Amino acid sequence: MMLIPCPFCGPRTESEFAYGGPVRPPRPDPATTAEADWVGWLTEVPNPLGPVEERWCHLRGCGSWLTLWRDTRTHAIVGGPQDAE
Amino acid sequence: MQNDRLAKGGRIDRTRPLRFTFNGRAYTGFAGDTLASALLANGVRLTARSFKYHRPRGIVGAGVEEPATMVELLGADASGNRPVTTVELREGLAARSVNCWPSPAVDLGAVAQLAARFIPAGFYYKTFKWPNWHLYEPSIRKAAGLAAAPKSPPVGGRYETRFAHADLLVAGAGPSGLMAALFAGRAGLRVMIADEGIEPGGALLSRRLSIGGRPALDWVAETVAELEAMGNVTLLRRATVWAYREHDYLLVTERAPDRTGLLERTWRVRAGHVITATGAIERGLVFGNNDRPGVMLASAVQSYVNRYGVAPGRRAVIFANNTSAYTVAADLAAAGIEVAAIIDSRSDVPAEARAAVPGLPIRAGYVVTTAHGGRSLRGVTVAPRDGGEAERLDCDLLAVSGGWNPAVHLFSQSRGTLRYDDSLASFLPGDAAQSTCAAGAAAGAMELEAALASGAAAGASVAGVMPPDTPTAPDLAYAVTPLWRVESARGKCFLDLQNDVTVEDVHLALREGYATVEHVKRYTTGGMGLDQGKTGNINITGTVALAQGVPMQAVGTTTFRAPYTPVSFGAVGGLRDGPLALPYRHTPLTAWNIAQGAVMYEAGARWRRPGYFPRPGEAMQDAIDREARAVREGVGVYDGSPLGTFEIKGRDAARFLDHIYTTVMSTLAPGAGRYGLMLSDDGLIFDDGVCFRLDAQRWIVSSSTGNADAVHRHMEMLLQTDLPDWSVFVTPVTAQWANATICGPKAREVLADLGTDIDLSPEAFPFMSLRDGMVAGLPARIVRVSFTGELSFEINVAPRHLPALWDRIMAAGAPHGILPVGSEANHVLRVEKGFLSLGHEVDGTVDPYDLGMGWAMSRKKPDYIGKRAVEIRRATGKMRHELVGIIPEPDVQIPEGAPLTPGGHRQASEGFVTACVKSVAQDRWVGLALVDDGHARHGEMAHVRLKGGKVIAVRITRPCHYDPDGERLRS
Ligand SMILES: [Zn+2]
Repeated sequence: MMLIPCPFCGPRTESEFAYGGPVRPPRPDPATTAEADWVGWLTEVPNPLGPVEERWCHLRGCGSWLTLWRDTRTHAIVGGPQDAE
Repeated sequence: MQNDRLAKGGRIDRTRPLRFTFNGRAYTGFAGDTLASALLANGVRLTARSFKYHRPRGIVGAGVEEPATMVELLGADASGNRPVTTVELREGLAARSVNCWPSPAVDLGAVAQLAARFIPAGFYYKTFKWPNWHLYEPSIRKAAGLAAAPKSPPVGGRYETRFAHADLLVAGAGPSGLMAALFAGRAGLRVMIADEGIEPGGALLSRRLSIGGRPALDWVAETVAELEAMGNVTLLRRATVWAYREHDYLLVTERAPDRTGLLERTWRVRAGHVITATGAIERGLVFGNNDRPGVMLASAVQSYVNRYGVAPGRRAVIFANNTSAYTVAADLAAAGIEVAAIIDSRSDVPAEARAAVPGLPIRAGYVVTTAHGGRSLRGVTVAPRDGGEAERLDCDLLAVSGGWNPAVHLFSQSRGTLRYDDSLASFLPGDAAQSTCAAGAAAGAMELEAALASGAAAGASVAGVMPPDTPTAPDLAYAVTPLWRVESARGKCFLDLQNDVTVEDVHLALREGYATVEHVKRYTTGGMGLDQGKTGNINITGTVALAQGVPMQAVGTTTFRAPYTPVSFGAVGGLRDGPLALPYRHTPLTAWNIAQGAVMYEAGARWRRPGYFPRPGEAMQDAIDREARAVREGVGVYDGSPLGTFEIKGRDAARFLDHIYTTVMSTLAPGAGRYGLMLSDDGLIFDDGVCFRLDAQRWIVSSSTGNADAVHRHMEMLLQTDLPDWSVFVTPVTAQWANATICGPKAREVLADLGTDIDLSPEAFPFMSLRDGMVAGLPARIVRVSFTGELSFEINVAPRHLPALWDRIMAAGAPHGILPVGSEANHVLRVEKGFLSLGHEVDGTVDPYDLGMGWAMSRKKPDYIGKRAVEIRRATGKMRHELVGIIPEPDVQIPEGAPLTPGGHRQASEGFVTACVKSVAQDRWVGLALVDDGHARHGEMAHVRLKGGKVIAVRITRPCHYDPDGERLRS
C-alpha cells in the first residue's frame, strides 16, 4: 500500500487512487503517422525494471490525474508529481 | 488430573481453574495457560498426527513456531488450523486435533504410514498428474488435509479495521522492543508497540533473569506501566505485526481487544519508522525419528517449566549445539526434573556453560542419532559425533536446540537484505530498504544486556537523542557451532515436521535437478505450512549447503512473505461484510418496487433494480412475458434512473464529443441528439451512449449503467492528461436526474393524460430529441430515446419528484393497462430488437463493424479515438466474430454463453450465444450470437454444442427480430 503525493491533497494512501498505467508518448497525428508507428504507439507500453513514469487518479479524493515516477523494483516514488513539491 | 503440574511457580493463576475438552475428553487447566501448557500439565503427550504419513506427533514449541500440533476450535470459537501453543485457554474451550480421525491415538489414516516409503517428495505431482491434479485433489485433501473451514461465521462477535499513523511502530514487546518504545516514547514520539503474546515480556517470561539486580519481570511490569501512562504510546497485546508492505505500511491484527465483543481488530498502520524487535526462534535438530512426541524445543521446555509451571517430562536429555540449552538444563534441574545428560555436538563446551549446570553430566562431541518410542519418547541413542560406540539413554523428554534464528521475517518482507553470519550460524538483517531497523535478538543481540542496549539505541536513534545507559543484565554468553543434520542418523530425519519433509526428500529433489532452495521448497513443500518453516527452514538450507558443498550464503533463504503467522479471513475483511462489502445503490423507487413484490436484482454498478413483478402464484417466465407484451401491445413504464448521465460544458465540448464518439455530434442543433459508440484507442467498443445538445456549449450525455464510472474516468483522463488545453468540464449527474420511461404504442396517450405543456406530436417532438417543460405539474426534461424499440418518452425529474411522478403515471396509465417493467422484460425487448448490451454482445473484443454498426463509424471525421485502429485491423481481412440473430430449431431455450461449433462437433468453437429470450413478438425463443463470418451466413444453420455434448441447431438471421425498419420507435 503506497503513499502517493497528490498535488492538491498531500500524501494519501494508495487505496484512494486508481491506476492509470504507464505514460505513453503523446497521441500521434493519424494523418501523418505510418501504420507501423501507429501500431507501435498503441501496443508498446513502457515496462522497465526500474523507474517508470505513470499516471494515477485520485479517484476517492479530489479526482485529479497525476503523473509520477515509481521504481518498479521497490515501489519507491522517485519523481513527481511536479505540483506536489 | 494435572499430574505434570509443578507444585509451584509459573505465571498461572492456580485459584482460577478452567475446564476444557480436547478430542472429546474433559480436562482442567488454569488461567494463564495456553491449550498446549494445559494439555502437557494433564500428561497429554500425543496430540496430533502428521500431514502426510500420519505419524504420531506431540507439542514441540511454545509459541508461533509450533510446527506439529494444529487444532481446530469448536463451538462459538470455531476456527481451523490453530497452532496449539497460541490458543489461550478459557472456560469451556473445545478443541480437537486436525489430521486424524477419530483421535490421534486411534488414527485410521495411520495406515498411510505403512505406505510411507512410497510417498517421496513430488509423489503427488508425479502420480496424480493424469488427466489432471484437480481430479484427485479433493480426496487427497480429505485424507491428508488440515481442518475444514468453519461452516458459519463466529457467533457473538465481529471484526473491524482501524487505520493508524505512528512515528514509530515497534514490533515485539520483549526486552529490546520495550526499551525502544520507552526511549522513543519519553522523547515524545507517537509510538505504537505491538506484541503477539498474551502479556508483554517476550522471552523474559520464560527465563529466570535479572535486570538491574532485580527480577527481569519486575522491570517489564514497570516499563509497561510507564508506557501505558504515556498519552503518545499505544501498547497492543495479543497483536501480531504480520505484514510489512511498501512505504512503511504494516498490518497488525489484535485478538480480542478491549473485551469489546470484537473478535479481532486489524490495524493498518503507516509508520514513520519501524523497529523489528521480533526476537529469535529456536531451531530443531535433525536426527532419526526427531518427530517423536516428547522431542521438544529446549526453549519451549524452559517456557513450560518456568512460565506455566509444567513438567513436560520426568527424565530429560538435552541435545544442543550451543550454549543456550545450558540455561534450560539448569532450570529443569532447579524445578526438580532429572537431567540424564546434556548431549553437545561441540567438542569444546565453554567453561561458562559448564559452570551453569554444576553436577549435570555433559557429553561433549556427542550427538543423538535416533529417538526411540512410538506414541511417546522412551529413550535416545547417543554416539560420538565422529563415530564410535553408541549408547542408549532412557528418557521421556528430549529438549533440542539447534541454535537460534533471529526472526528476520518482517525485515525481509520490507525488502531489506539478509546476510549470513558465520559466528551466529544464521541469517541476520543486512541493509534496510525502508525506514526499518532491527533490534535485540532479531538483530543478533542474543544476550539480554546486549538486547536491552540494542533496543535503547534503536529507540533513541529514531527519536534523535543520545543512546541512554542501560542496566546490567547478566546472561550466559551465546556460542553456537552449526549442526545442520546428524549424518550418522538412523530413521526418518524430519526437516519440516508440518509437511513431513525429510532429509531424503531434499536429497531426492536435488538429484532430480531442483538445485536452488526456492525450487527445493516447491518440490518438497518444505517450509510451506502454517508455520512457514520457522523452526526448520534453516536446516533445509543447511542440508542443501552440505549436499552441494557450498556456503550457506550461497544457498540463501526462501523469500519471507506475509503473513508472519496465519491470519483469519475476518481480520482481513474487517467490517466489509454482508451488505457493507459492496453497498447497493438505490433509486427513489426501491421501496415502491419492494412493496409491489418485485424480485430485486443487482443490475450493473451495484444498482438495485426490479427484475420482474410477479403476481401471486405467477411463474417468472409468465411475469416477464406479461410485462414485455404490455410494452409491445399497450404501455409499460420502467425506472431508468441508473443510466449513467453526464453534463458536458465548455467551448470545446462539441469537439470533445466528436473526438470520443464514432458519430458526428458537433452538427446537432439544440434539442437534438444522436447515438454514438465510444471506442478505446485499440478500436474496440468501450461504451455506447446518446448525446443531446442543450445549447451551443452544453450537452447531456448518457453512458451504459455499469460503465458510468469508467466512462467518467476515461473522459477525465483525456481532458486532464492528453487534452489539457481543451476547455471542457464534465459533471456526472446520474444522481441529479431520476427518470421514468413510458414506452409502448400508447405511451403518448398516457403522457398527454399526465398533463404537459410540451407539444408531443411526432412533428414537433421527433425521435432523438429533447424537450424541457412541465409534466404532471413537475419540472421535467423529456427525452425521446428508445431502448425497447417502441415509442418511448424518458421523463427526467429531480430524484425527490420521482415517486410522485411514478404514482401519477401509474394512475394515468391504469385505463391503458400500464404495467411496471423489470430488467428481465427490458432484456427481452432489447434482444428482440438486436440492441447491443455491454457485457453481452460487447465483451471487449468487438468493433462496430462486427456488430453491423459500420454506419456509426463516421467517414467524414478525419480522426476520433479508435478510428485508425479499426481501419488497420479491418485491412488485414481476417475473419471476425460477427453479430447475428439466431432462431433455435426446435424452439428451445439456449443458455447464454453456449458455444457454437462447426456442425456441432467437438471442435474449436466458431462463436457463442450472447443472449436468448422468449420473444413475445415472435412467440418463440430467439437469440443473438457472435459467430465467425456471421454477416455472410444469414439463412444458414449453425450448431450450439452444450456441455455434455447435446447439440441444438439454430438458424442464423439478421440480428433484429422485430420491426427492422424502426417504424415503431419513431412513431
Ligand atoms: Zn487529491
